[in-house]
Formats: sequence, C-alpha cells, structure tokens
Amino acid sequence: MAFAWLPDALGDIAHGAATTILLIAVTTLAGTLLSILGAAGRRNGPVLLKRAIACYVEVMRNTPFLVQLFFIFFGLPSLGIRLDPLLAAMLAMTLNMAAYTIEIVGAGLDAVPGGQTEAALALGLRPRQVFIKIVLPQALKIIYPALTSQIVIMMLESAVVSQIAVRELTYEADMLQARTFRSFETYFVVTLVYLALSMALRRLLVSGGRRALGAGVS
Amino acid sequence: MIEFTFWDIVRNLLLAARWTVLLSLAAFIGGGIVGLVVLFFRIAKDKWSRRVASGYIALFQGTPLLMQLFLMFFGLPMLGLRIEPWTAAALGLTFFASAYLAEIWRSGVAALPLGQWDAGASLGLHYLQELRLIILPQAFSITRAPTVGFLVQLIKSTALTSIIGFEELVRTSNAINNATFEPFKVYGLVALIFFVMCFPLTQYARRLEKQAAAR
Repeated sequence: MAFAWLPDALGDIAHGAATTILLIAVTTLAGTLLSILGAAGRRNGPVLLKRAIACYVEVMRNTPFLVQLFFIFFGLPSLGIRLDPLLAAMLAMTLNMAAYTIEIVGAGLDAVPGGQTEAALALGLRPRQVFIKIVLPQALKIIYPALTSQIVIMMLESAVVSQIAVRELTYEADMLQARTFRSFETYFVVTLVYLALSMALRRLLVSGGRRALGAGVS
Repeated sequence: MIEFTFWDIVRNLLLAARWTVLLSLAAFIGGGIVGLVVLFFRIAKDKWSRRVASGYIALFQGTPLLMQLFLMFFGLPMLGLRIEPWTAAALGLTFFASAYLAEIWRSGVAALPLGQWDAGASLGLHYLQELRLIILPQAFSITRAPTVGFLVQLIKSTALTSIIGFEELVRTSNAINNATFEPFKVYGLVALIFFVMCFPLTQYARRLEKQAAAR
C-alpha cells in the first residue's frame, strides 16, 4: 500500500465527486417530477396511458441499468438521436429512477385517505388543485423515507456511467489508477469517498425532509 | 470481417447468458451462506458482534457494487492470490449479496414476537436450537418476498462483472456490437434476455407479497 500519489490526485477526485453530485441532483429532481406525473397518470389517465406506464415500469425494473445505459448511449444514435455522455447518463438515470419511484409515489397516493379529496372538492377546489395542494404533499410525506433510500441507491448506481466516459468519480478513479499503477489504493480511496458521499447524502435528505415536510420523517 | 446473422447473435447471447445464470446462482447461494453468518452476528446478544455486523452491512450498502468488484479484482492479488475475473466476480457478488440478505432476514427476526424466544427457552432449548427450530424458519418464511426480490436485483447486478472482464451476457454483447455495429438490436436483445429471466421472479415475489399481506 502506497499513497504518495494521493495529494496530486485530490483535485481530480474532487472534480469527479462534483460531477457525481451533479448527476444525482439532476436525477433526483427530474426523476421525482417524472414519477409524480407517472403515478398520477397511472391512476387517473386513459387506459392506454395506464398500460404504457405499467409496461415501462416492468421493463425498467427487470433489466440492468448498465444495459439501459448502453441502449440509450449506443442504440439511440442509430435512430438519429445523438446524446453527449453526460446527457445520456442523466437521461438513463432519470428514466431508471422514475420506474422505481413511480411505484413508491403511487403507494403514497393510495395511502392518503379518500376523505381528504372529498373534503377538498367540497370546499370548491378544482381537481388539479386538490392533487397538487392536498393529496401530493401528504403522499410525499408518507413516502419520503423510501424516496430517500432510492436516491442513495441511485447515487451508488451512478458509478456505472463511467462506462460511457462521463467524467464522474469512478471515471476519475479509472484514469488515476492507469496513471499511478496503484489500482487497489486508488479504488480504496474512491470507495471511501463514495461511502462518505452516501452517508452525507442520507443525512442531508433526512434533515432537509424534516424541515420541508415537517416532523415525523425519520 | 465476419458476417453475423440475426440467429448468430441470438445464439451467442444465449450461450453467454448461461454464465449470467451460473454467476447469479453462485452468488445467491454463496451470499446466503455468508449472509447467514452475518445474521448470527447481527442478532447476537453481544453488543460488539452486533456493531461489527451492522458496520459490515452499512459498508456494502453504502458503496457502489462496481467499487466492491474493483477492490476484489485488484485487492486479492495483493494478498498473493492469483485471481481470474470469474473468482473476483463470484466473490464480490457473494459479499454484496450476504450484506443485503442478512439485513432482509434480520428484519424477519425482528418482526417475530419476543414470546417466540421465551417459548423456546421455556421448552429448554438452548440458543442455537431456538434459532434453528423456532426463529429462523419463521423469519425465512415471512421474508420470502424480499428475498426473491433481491435475487432479481442480484441477477441484474451480474451485468457489472462485465466491467472487470467476466465473459457474461453484457461483455459478450459488447463484443458482438463491436463486430456488427447494430447496438439497437444487440442491446435490445440483451435487455429482452434479462427481462425473461427477471420478470417471472418479479411476478413470483409480487404474489408472495400479496399472500403475506392477506395472512
């Protein structure tokens, strides 16, 4: 074990970690938004849309993320859609995460008592207002812990996007170990960085959720 | 250049899928055995055993599987062991699975009423007998759905071993794609093969979940 290379590598590691954080931030926002639309569509949309969403969820949940990523990055250009690696990674991560969170958000929507909707309608709110102002906030509060775990899982999964040359943490590690020939030490250090990131992310989400959604979120 | 017909692609992918299946089984069985050991520590009476097991689980659940595989692949040779991609892949996935399975089963043990332990003790069973005859069978039976669910996750995770050079489905598909330049078709087929392996298990897990909820 030798760590003499480490001081010079800190800049690269920090840069990679920043890209990983960017990836997960975009994925969290876009994925949650998409899954709210998906979960709502699956409950109230036309039959065809309901079926399409159900198919989408099954396909994404039963195939590896790596294959989805390759399909989007290498496969889509043959349909004339060319994405740069970072964009392809964001798209793949968002689509993958949404498949899991559609189920989670849906469970939350189901858990809100029907009386809430009835009461809001009786007060004269329009259906869209009922969903956005009454049902959704309560649903998000219920599912928040599950959503948190999914975000952390997605952050760990993002290591895979190094395979399409997105310059995130794992990619930087690959480059470093090729330069220093200290493979084990490099991946050891980067693994610790991931561990710190996942612990920090979890803590941030828990305290942020407590502030935004009120007490009761653990 | 070699010409690949559609049938050639399918046949090669299916041959490679055997390794995906084999690796999944090896990791699930190995992970089950190691996971059982971790579970023993995780629910032990001794505080330090519990802490060590919790740390083990948190470590594997808090780092990317890809990093765990890299550490296996590059770490074991430092201990003087010659290592093939297969060994690194199987060992890496075994430890990964052990952490998740131990945590799943622990939740089953925690869900049992304490009276089950008391009843076992009052029958004169010692700790290991209690575990073997009373606690574990019930814990396994109520966690069957998440266990099957994890098997699906494990099958999908074998895709990552392509990156450390194990010749399974995804690595073979990369090679075929490099020869045919038909990524849409090749990766579409790979996704289909994974789907065929995983979807029945997902459905089975869902059915078990419904049964458990109805009980």
